[in-house]
Amino acid sequence: MLSKGLKRKREEEEEEEEEKEALEVDAWWLDPGHPAVTQAPPNVASSSLFDLSVLKLHHSLRQSEPDLRHLVLVVNTLRRIQASMAPTVTLPPVPSPPLVPSVADNLLASSDTILSASMASLLEDLSQIEGLSQAPQPLADESPPGRPIGGAPPSLGALDLLGPATGCLLDDGLEGLFEDIDTSMYDSELWVPASEGLKPGPEDGPGKEGAPELDEAELDYLMDVLVGTQALERPPEQGR
Amino acid sequence: MPSHRMPSEADIISTVEFNHTGELLATGDKGGRVVIFQREPESKNAPHSQGEYDVYSTFQSHEPEFDYLKSLEIEEKINKIKWLPQQNAAHSLLSTNDKTIKLWKITERDKRPEGYNLKDEEGKLKDLSTVTSLQVPVLKPMDLMVEVSPRRIFANGHTYHINSISVNSDCETYMSADDLRINLWHLAVTDRSFNIVDIKPANMEDLTEVITASEFHPHHCNLFVYSSSKGSLRLCDMRAAALCDKHSKLFEEPEDPSSRSFFSEIISSVSDVKFSHSGRYMLTRDYLTVKVWDLNMEARPIETYQVHDYLRSKLCSLYENDCIFDKFECAWNGSDSVIMTGAYNNFFRMFDRNSKRDVTLEASRESSKPRAVLKPRRVCIGGKRRRDDISVDSLDFAKKILHTAWHPAENIIAIAATNNLYIFQDKVNSDMH
Repeated sequence: MLSKGLKRKREEEEEEEEEKEALEVDAWWLDPGHPAVTQAPPNVASSSLFDLSVLKLHHSLRQSEPDLRHLVLVVNTLRRIQASMAPTVTLPPVPSPPLVPSVADNLLASSDTILSASMASLLEDLSQIEGLSQAPQPLADESPPGRPIGGAPPSLGALDLLGPATGCLLDDGLEGLFEDIDTSMYDSELWVPASEGLKPGPEDGPGKEGAPELDEAELDYLMDVLVGTQALERPPEQGR
Repeated sequence: MPSHRMPSEADIISTVEFNHTGELLATGDKGGRVVIFQREPESKNAPHSQGEYDVYSTFQSHEPEFDYLKSLEIEEKINKIKWLPQQNAAHSLLSTNDKTIKLWKITERDKRPEGYNLKDEEGKLKDLSTVTSLQVPVLKPMDLMVEVSPRRIFANGHTYHINSISVNSDCETYMSADDLRINLWHLAVTDRSFNIVDIKPANMEDLTEVITASEFHPHHCNLFVYSSSKGSLRLCDMRAAALCDKHSKLFEEPEDPSSRSFFSEIISSVSDVKFSHSGRYMLTRDYLTVKVWDLNMEARPIETYQVHDYLRSKLCSLYENDCIFDKFECAWNGSDSVIMTGAYNNFFRMFDRNSKRDVTLEASRESSKPRAVLKPRRVCIGGKRRRDDISVDSLDFAKKILHTAWHPAENIIAIAATNNLYIFQDKVNSDMH
């Protein structure tokens, strides 16, 4: 089957296997009726460009998370090349000259189905995974107009140190309790000097309900609030 | 950063952005770090350091994450940074990687209280029996300390890779766009976002186009634009419908039949879109050109500038080495009279819309000496060659200037050349040819 001395590449092995499965798959980018098989030896430039594009496509598909833009552009380019190589008049397929590796021929002839199958399966995988990862909204695709994308999906954020808003806030101590109550966007300048740029202290209040008779504590607390140097505060940025 | 550290891939700058006054300049890199530069006020004592930018703060914005469901590592690379308009003494910015957007607050501290009653200098509690009198703590000046803290984490909003974020002129909302969807967020709400554009086809086999960039209109809070890999721009009005899948205007230039090739679609893919400061125009960058569009004319751009047309005959090689997929950004100057974009060989280009003159400049160590005047460069295709010309074949395609920014008011530009940042104060009126 192979020409003498031609190494059977692993990619081509995969393609051969996929080809067998893919024959039943609807070749969505072909003209209906007759599959586009080259009738004459393909134009050299188009052919090498075609091969290059197929390689790029396979390389892209093998990525764990392919760059969608790159993928779509390569696929569209491949379609253009293929369209230019396929003749408009349909004729019965001509056996290729024995010099051309038959594996490459199979690739050429069934590349459309292989590509469509690979592309389709990958993109289906992507959409299935999306369906899984957005478990609270499995019908995200069909949601009504102005779709809000709901809450926090199954927490994958175990490694996310800063966690989703609904994560365990108490781990951060009192500070964490008020993490989301951020009034900084609406900072009042009424009683805080502008140069300080501080938040007014409602979030600090509930945590510091000391007995009013401790005057020293009150003064210290007031200073703490003014400057923001509470015991629970994060240490200052160290710089790099 | 220690001075002996060798430049690594993590140091590659991936985004550059001035804040609204131009006082601050933020850069993000592949290692997930953000570095903020601050312009020093001009001082009579040191006339030479006229408004130069020094490092103000550095922090780790994003860390690499692992998505267990998909068994994928999520890159920490900062794709975009956008500043929020300043509303108080603090500065805020949004930074995003492929999946998660974060709101960071930057504050300054230059005073420290001294003279606590209950604590000693180190902060340890005093023995109460030693406290005999009451004192009022006083604020004493200290060395300026810049503190950065994450105020919001906007996670789990995107299945695909985020390519752009844009703060709305209402200063309350912002949008984030990935390959197939655009979400609207409220800056104060992290557990919910509103999907406003979804171009994902029902059948993924039908996917032929992705979203490449998006931006809110600078003045009309209901308008935004997004660009596609097929070279089209869609202007959407959020007041027209809750779901903006249907555009209000579609900007598309018909393909020129004379220059049609296999790569026509790839080179027409828009890599960046920017509204002019006036809000009347849009600037787009595709592989070979920058185009100015009038919002009132959908049929074609009003101006087209060739960035590096000498590459048109090399598209096949550039497709082979994947350079044809490089995404260059573009920028307006403050008065919308000059536009700028990067190219290869550390070249960047500026086009004066009024005089129609253009210039090619290089961001290199030779030109980075203080107060050195940048020399215009020229790429020669063939024929007569001047002494300092560069031939097309000797262009270094590894040296690409993808990210550039222009000060909102002055002629100061920031150019990211791989892992180096260049800040030029460019006299626009001279050096044009």
